[in-house]
Amino acid sequence: MRALDIIHSTLYIQNMNSLLLSWKNLTAKPLSMLLTLVLFALGVGLISLLMILQKQTQDQFDKNLAGIDLVVGAKGSKLQLILGSMYHVDNPTGNITIKEARPFMNPKHPLIEMSVPLSLGDSHKGYRIVGTEKNILELYNAEIGEGKLWNKVMEVNLGASVAADLNAKIGTRFKSSHGLIEDDNLIHEDSKDFIVVGILQPTGSVIDQLILTRTESIWEVHDGHAHDEEGGHEGHAHEEGGHDEHAHEDNAHDHSGHEHHDHAEGEHDHEEHAIEENIVEKTLLDYPDKSITSLLIKFKGRGFQTLNMGRQIDENTDMIAASPAIEINRLYANMGVGINGLTYLAYLITFVSALSIFISLFSSLKDRKYELALMRVMGASRGKVFGLILVEGLLLAVLGCFLGLLLSHVGMHILAGYMKESYRYTFSGMTFLKQEYFLIAGALLLGIVAAFIPAVQASRTDISETLGQG
Amino acid sequence: MLRTENLTFAYQGNSALQFPDINCPTGEHCLLLGQSGSGKTTLLHLLGGLLTPTQGKVIVGETDIAKLRGARADHFRGQNIGIIFQKAHFVKSLTVEENLLLAQSLAGASGDKKRIKDLLERLNVGHKLNARPDRLSQGEQQRVAIARALVNNPKVILADEPTSALDDVNTEEVIQLLEEQAKAVNATLLVVTHDGRLKDRFSNKIQISG
Repeated sequence: MRALDIIHSTLYIQNMNSLLLSWKNLTAKPLSMLLTLVLFALGVGLISLLMILQKQTQDQFDKNLAGIDLVVGAKGSKLQLILGSMYHVDNPTGNITIKEARPFMNPKHPLIEMSVPLSLGDSHKGYRIVGTEKNILELYNAEIGEGKLWNKVMEVNLGASVAADLNAKIGTRFKSSHGLIEDDNLIHEDSKDFIVVGILQPTGSVIDQLILTRTESIWEVHDGHAHDEEGGHEGHAHEEGGHDEHAHEDNAHDHSGHEHHDHAEGEHDHEEHAIEENIVEKTLLDYPDKSITSLLIKFKGRGFQTLNMGRQIDENTDMIAASPAIEINRLYANMGVGINGLTYLAYLITFVSALSIFISLFSSLKDRKYELALMRVMGASRGKVFGLILVEGLLLAVLGCFLGLLLSHVGMHILAGYMKESYRYTFSGMTFLKQEYFLIAGALLLGIVAAFIPAVQASRTDISETLGQG
Repeated sequence: MLRTENLTFAYQGNSALQFPDINCPTGEHCLLLGQSGSGKTTLLHLLGGLLTPTQGKVIVGETDIAKLRGARADHFRGQNIGIIFQKAHFVKSLTVEENLLLAQSLAGASGDKKRIKDLLERLNVGHKLNARPDRLSQGEQQRVAIARALVNNPKVILADEPTSALDDVNTEEVIQLLEEQAKAVNATLLVVTHDGRLKDRFSNKIQISG
């Protein structure tokens, strides 16, 4: 009640106007006011939270579409492939060999404008290390902010959020950790250090959350030692040319199977040497038996042939091709069912809260009939009495709405922290949507509608008759 | 001053009530006597502009309030007529002071806390300024109701059975108070009652017969 007193005193002005009187009338019954407010705030808050959540999720998805037309990866769930390779929230579906992917990596491909190879599977403090080519920067419109672009094996660039979060600087060294979650037991202790040579400017896209390096760096880490590995990991790409092709394919399919990769030491050294020496002249196409996780493909234009390309990859290769637009729309449709259900619930709560405004005003009229007649005697017109009750309804709606928006934005702020922890995605509770202005307008309208009948009733009070009964 | 001419009123479906003409000059105190059911309350409501007569005039000062309609009638009433009801009622969510501020505000006047304080002190309820009306004794409530009727310096004060629930001592006191306060603001006071004890206190008497 202390808070109410403070509001009282700030509202306390010389004249007893309608607003002040409405406020006094409402706070005279604080519990009933509280119930109505909480209901209203809950309804409005839930609607607004769903709006923000849906909008920001879609924004994140849309922003990270980055003009990518097709994602090619190992057989598995297409949605998983998209989520893993474009949004970096799910595990990769497996690996593909460069030999398989070669046709789509060819810069002279008539339909393909750009193809970006990704090698996933390792992370540092929960941030994914992505072995790739420099054209990934073009895809996300990223530019180097500090330092220089990665060039040599084991050199990395940090996304802006990664650098900020880890407080990393140029020259910082670290060892990668196997897998995509933070786990100290999985650090590649015996491999070489990665070294930070550059930090990217913030883009607002997923690249801010990534650590970028040469594809060969990933191979380097995994060539450096033999160990138990999950099947699906890109680290197996280091078999020599004579390796059984068939077994290799199995690798890509069987994600749960564990295999041992025993590298003959001699061969190994030779390979390492080869990578380091010839790095500048060689392209990924020169390592046909090594593997990557996926390819992000951007077409020159869309047409019948590009549509067909996806289908042909699905049917004729051991890879799958997923269209981000289709998969994400499917995801929205699935999310939409849940969100719609919750939205209806939120509307229902809001409707009930409007009903509660109506009922509380209407039932208070019976108690206040004499009061209202008295106000008429003291000079209040019908309009004034009508306005008084309307303002009471409106005041409840305004306060409820304000409380609801506060609730949803604080809620979103908390949720954003949680999402950042688990998905490394940046959501915000501090942005306002245009729809929220409509929500406010709708809520106020609802307050007016709920108060309208009681207000009419109040303005029709027959003074003489009411006072005669008193 | 308060004057009526040929005042007639009919509730829907009932036969018309005819009221004797009243003439109560400015600053005078009049008594309106009648038994229960004689139409006293109806007459009071007609005089206070709470009811509109079927026929006739109700002149307050220079204005025939029977001709005023809607918000204008409400505004005129708020500014010029103070009514004290048999039982004192207040806006429950407001304190005594706030109730009086409301009376000022509804009459279109700006709040005058000093006037409110002075008035309540004159009526010996100055210490109840910040109390809730329902915490006051009945006598205190009536004093606050009187203060509220006076707060806008009305031309006419109408009191409906102000003494019906009081003993002789308190009756005398309340009537004296009403007379004093009416005099203080130079208002015409009209007391409507069936209380025979008041007959001798007023020289200006009007009898209504039911």
